[in-house]
Amino acid sequence: MGIKLKALLKSPWVFHLSTGSCNNCDIEILDCLTPRFDIERFGMLLAPSIKHADVLLITGSCNRQSVIRLKRLYEQAPKPCLVVAIGECSLSRGMFIHSYNCPVPLDKIIPVDVYIPGCPPKPEAIIAGVVKLIERLSLPKEAQPQKEVER
Amino acid sequence: MIYIFYLLIYGFLLTAVFGLLASWVDRKVTARVQYRVGPPLLQPLIDIVKLLGKETLIPRGASKTTFLMAPVIGLASIILVSTLLWVNNINSNNTFLGDLIVVLYLLAIPCISIMMGGFASGNPLASLGASREMKLILSYELPFVLAVLVPVIKSDFSLGLGQILKAQAQNGVFAGSLSGILALVAAILCMQAKLTLVPFDIPEAETEIVSGPLVEYSGSSLAIYRLMKNMLLFTLPFFLIILFMGGLRFDGLHLLNGALKVVGLVALITVIRNTNPRVRIDQAVRFFWGPVTILAVIAVVLALMGK
Repeated sequence: MGIKLKALLKSPWVFHLSTGSCNNCDIEILDCLTPRFDIERFGMLLAPSIKHADVLLITGSCNRQSVIRLKRLYEQAPKPCLVVAIGECSLSRGMFIHSYNCPVPLDKIIPVDVYIPGCPPKPEAIIAGVVKLIERLSLPKEAQPQKEVER
Repeated sequence: MIYIFYLLIYGFLLTAVFGLLASWVDRKVTARVQYRVGPPLLQPLIDIVKLLGKETLIPRGASKTTFLMAPVIGLASIILVSTLLWVNNINSNNTFLGDLIVVLYLLAIPCISIMMGGFASGNPLASLGASREMKLILSYELPFVLAVLVPVIKSDFSLGLGQILKAQAQNGVFAGSLSGILALVAAILCMQAKLTLVPFDIPEAETEIVSGPLVEYSGSSLAIYRLMKNMLLFTLPFFLIILFMGGLRFDGLHLLNGALKVVGLVALITVIRNTNPRVRIDQAVRFFWGPVTILAVIAVVLALMGK
């Protein structure tokens, strides 16, 4: 593991983006920053601007209006950049799966690194998901589990 | 040759290490005030290493040269300031006439470099932040210069940092006298604004104008800005320690005393930033041109009377 990746995993600054969520997942993300969970212990900070971010936390069902913004924000994020899908809506569109307004799920639009299910997921679940992502990236390239779906 | 050694070892390396430590103290004290655990000791260094490894993006409407030069200018000036301070602190005979004025000028350049970067990035939020930064500089420079006048008067009108240190070594520190302590209070308030920490973080108000002039910066440019701010967090308290508290010494028990001075000042500004809400720009200008300037003028008058 190079020093670049090591430093990235020790101080991931998160940028949080809602693509039409009902706000519950967003509240749970903000809970992670409170004294009870305190993710600054692991170097995580809430980045004010997308240009400072390393991790994109995406909630919501990716409706037609926000997909354009989502793509632009992903292109603006300086690489290497990780994407975390939080909540049932961003995983599979949840109850909006038959909606005219949500044509495709998030992982058909941009590559997703970790999926955190729940409606909304608990802060513990979000932290556990991010820890699993960090563990997977810390392994050497050959030992990493391969993804089933081709991009 | 010896000056290149001073520039690299003391001006850059030692100041960067102390600056990163001061930044850690700042974050840790903030966390403890909020009943959190806080980041590990190496966190500020890891942040900068990470930013150096990331992609640097240049926005389409930006003027490229100024955008990339601005952080470097700021870092260069802060290295020069800290070199001047260290040279005087190590041996007070190294002073030259008027190095206090040089330090005051160079200390304004980091803020000006942030302004340049903000205007060059072509982002409306960055321009707004940069214009607020300009107003903030106009407001705090007057009381800051008045407060710095007090040690000059008390050391028989000498404009060298070395003479000020020598006068304190002979007659005791200036912070012990009435005028000295008043000027120190005014200077600490101005330092808070110079570091753009919370009551006066109007230029980079995260909740209003995301992060002001730094909105478009990413990768190594942002790393240089962060390093510059961390170094400023050590250099400004160090400047005040030289002016009012007799400098830092590294022999025996004085080492502990010096560390206590720096950590005390950094913890003080951290506590100020954690217990105050952000003010508006007009309130900040009124505050600095009103009460703080009056405080500094009283200190100057008292110093002229010999108190």
